[in-house]
Amino acid sequence: MKAGSFPLRETADGADIMLTLFSTKALLKITLVSFLPLAAAGAPFAFHRAPGQAVTAIETVTLAPAEFSYRVAGDFSRDRMPVNAPLVRSRLPDSLVIMKAEVSEADFGRCVQDGACRVIAQAGSLRSDVPVTGVSWEDAIAYAQWLSGKTGEVWRLPTDEEWVFAAGSRAKDDAIETDTTDFSQRWLAKYEQEAARERNGDRRPRTTGSFGINEHGLLDVAGNVWEWTDTCFIRHDLDSQNRPVGEATTNCGVRVVQGAHRSYVSSFIRDARGGGCSTGTPPDNLGFRLVRDDRSWLKRMVGRAFEQLKPAA
Amino acid sequence: MLTRRTMLACAAVSALLVTAPALADELSSLPHVKVNLVAPPFIHPHEQATKAPPSVIQFRMEVQEKELVIDNDGTKIHAMTFNGSVPGPMMVVHQGDYVELTLINPSTNTLAHNIDFHSSTGALGGGALTLINPGEQVVLRWKATRAGVFVYHCAPGGSMIPWHVVSGMNGAVMVLPRDGLKDETGKPLHYDKAYYIGEQDFYVPRDDKGKYKTYASAGDSYPDTVEVMRKLIPTHEVFNGRVDSLTGKNALQAKVGERVLIIHSQANRDTRPHLIGGHGDYVWETGKFANPPEKDLETWFIRGGSAGAALYTFRQPGIYAYVNHNLIEAVELGATAQFKVDGKWDDDLMKQVQPPSPIKPADKLGALQRPQGNI
Repeated sequence: MKAGSFPLRETADGADIMLTLFSTKALLKITLVSFLPLAAAGAPFAFHRAPGQAVTAIETVTLAPAEFSYRVAGDFSRDRMPVNAPLVRSRLPDSLVIMKAEVSEADFGRCVQDGACRVIAQAGSLRSDVPVTGVSWEDAIAYAQWLSGKTGEVWRLPTDEEWVFAAGSRAKDDAIETDTTDFSQRWLAKYEQEAARERNGDRRPRTTGSFGINEHGLLDVAGNVWEWTDTCFIRHDLDSQNRPVGEATTNCGVRVVQGAHRSYVSSFIRDARGGGCSTGTPPDNLGFRLVRDDRSWLKRMVGRAFEQLKPAA
Repeated sequence: MLTRRTMLACAAVSALLVTAPALADELSSLPHVKVNLVAPPFIHPHEQATKAPPSVIQFRMEVQEKELVIDNDGTKIHAMTFNGSVPGPMMVVHQGDYVELTLINPSTNTLAHNIDFHSSTGALGGGALTLINPGEQVVLRWKATRAGVFVYHCAPGGSMIPWHVVSGMNGAVMVLPRDGLKDETGKPLHYDKAYYIGEQDFYVPRDDKGKYKTYASAGDSYPDTVEVMRKLIPTHEVFNGRVDSLTGKNALQAKVGERVLIIHSQANRDTRPHLIGGHGDYVWETGKFANPPEKDLETWFIRGGSAGAALYTFRQPGIYAYVNHNLIEAVELGATAQFKVDGKWDDDLMKQVQPPSPIKPADKLGALQRPQGNI
C-alpha cells in the first residue's frame, strides 16, 4: 500500500474496517497518481535531463512513520443522520518527505515561465518569501508535474492523511462536539466551531514563516493559507459499529483542503473566500505544498529499466 | 461653490446662535428625551407603541472621517461616517415626535458635512440648514410627520453628494406609528428584536496591476474615486461597512419563534434583500408604515435612496444567509449576512427523506429507455 491510504491499518474502533471502504478507490488513485504526472508532463523520462537551473533547492522535512490518530475526511452518516467521521489509528508505511514551506510565488512563477503553469494574477513581482495563493487543485497538479519533470523526482500533493500526519499538533480534529444527530444542531455547532477561531481581519497571505514552525519543522501549517490535498470528497454510511455500509460516493471534482480547519473545495476554484449560503467559515487563501514520492520514483526507474530490456517491437 | 458653502455655513451658525438659547422656544413645554445612539446592526432601546405625548427626542452625532478596512484583503478607504460607523446609527422616534439632532464636525476633520433626512420636510431635508465646517456644530429639529423607515445621508452639494454617500455617510430613521406596527387588517404587530442592516456600495480605484490603491487623504482619493463611481459598478457591495461584518462571530442571532424586524437601507443603489431559507412574513417594501405590509415575500426590493422593513418569525434552527439576491453582489462583492438561529427542528416543515446516496438502479430511468445502438 502506498502512503496515504489508511484502510489497511487498525482503527480506533476496530480492526481493518476501512478496507472495503477504500481499497478499490485507493488502488485506482495510486495508479493515477503514479503515472498521470509523467504522462501529462509529456516528458516521462525527463529525469535524464540536468535539473533546470531555475529550480532552487527544495527544502523538505522527512518524517519517519509513526502512529497518529486520523479523522477520515468526508461526510458520514448513520441511520440517515449525520455523524462524525471515523477516527482511526494510522501509520504511514513509508517516511514522508514533505516541503518545509508552502510553494512560493516565485517558485510557481518559474513553472509559469516554462509555460507549464497558468499565469497567476498576483499583482506586482512574484516573491520568493510569500506563498503562492489563488491557485486551484489543477494549478497545484500542473506545478507538481512540472517540478517532477524538472527534477526527475516524483512530486505530488499529499493526501489528507499525510497532511494531517505532517501537521501534527496543528491539525484540527473537525469532529463536532455535540451528542445530537439533529442536523441543524450539528450545523450550528460546526458554524460556531469555525467562527470561534481567532482570525485576523486582514487575510492576505503573509511572508513565509509568519505563522511559525510546527514540531516536525514545517512552516506555516494552519496559517491563513489552506493547502490542497489530493484526497477526494467521499460520502459514506456507517453501521452501529462505525463500519462502512455499502459503497461510498466519491467525488474527485471536490478535493480536501487543509488548514486551520478542513474544508472541501471544487478543484477548479482558486479563491474560496466567497463561501456560500450554508457554509461556515471559508478558507482565507488557497495554496499548497508537495510531497516527494521516492517510492514511485524507484518504481518508475525499475519499470524503465525493464522496458529497455525488452526487444524492440 | 466655496462661497455658497461658506454662506450656508454662516447661515447655519447664525441659525444656531438664534436658537441656541432657545431651549426656551415654542416646544419647551414638551417632554425632552435624550437618546444615546448605538452602532448598527443594533438599535437603541425604544418602545414599539407609546402612550407618551409627542416629545422632542434629542440625538447627538459626531461626523468622523477615518480610514476603514472594507474587506479581508486590507483594502482601505477614507470613510466619512456619522458617529464612526457605516451606516450611521438608526434613530427611532414615534410619529408626531420631534427629532432634535446635534451634529458635530470636529476640527480634526478636513471636510464640510451636513445631513439630509428623507423623513423631514423642507430645506433639502435639513441639508441646507446643517452644513458645518470642521470645528463647527449645528442643531436641527424636524417633526416626524410620516411613519416609516427613511434614509438620512450627507449631501454637501454637487459631486460632494454622491462621494460622501458612497464613502459611508448614510443611515436610517425609523418613525413608528404611536400605536405601533399593524398588519393589513389593523391588527397590532410586534417584534422581539430588530436589526438594522445598511447596505453600502464602495468604488475603490485600482492601480495598473489591478491592486486597490490607497491615498494619503480623502481629498487625494477623490479624482480617481469619482472616475470609478461614474462607471456605476461598485468594487464592493457590503452590509455594515465591510465584507463579513455580519458573519461568523458577528452573525446576527435569533431563536425559533422569535419575531425579528429587519430594517434594510441603501442610500444610493437598488438592492433586493432575501433571507435564504426564510421569508418576509410582513414586508413594508417601500418602508412606509401607513401602507399595509405585503405578506409572504421571497425577495423584496429596496430602491436606492430608501429603506424597507421586513418582519419574520423564524421557524427552523440553523444558519440563514441574508443576502442581496443579486447573488454576484452577495457572494463576490460582499453583500451577505448570516443569521444563527437556535431552536428545535420541525420535521413537518422540512425533512430529508432520503439522504444523498448512490442512485438506485430503478431510478436510472434514462438507462432503461435508451435505445440500443447508436442514435
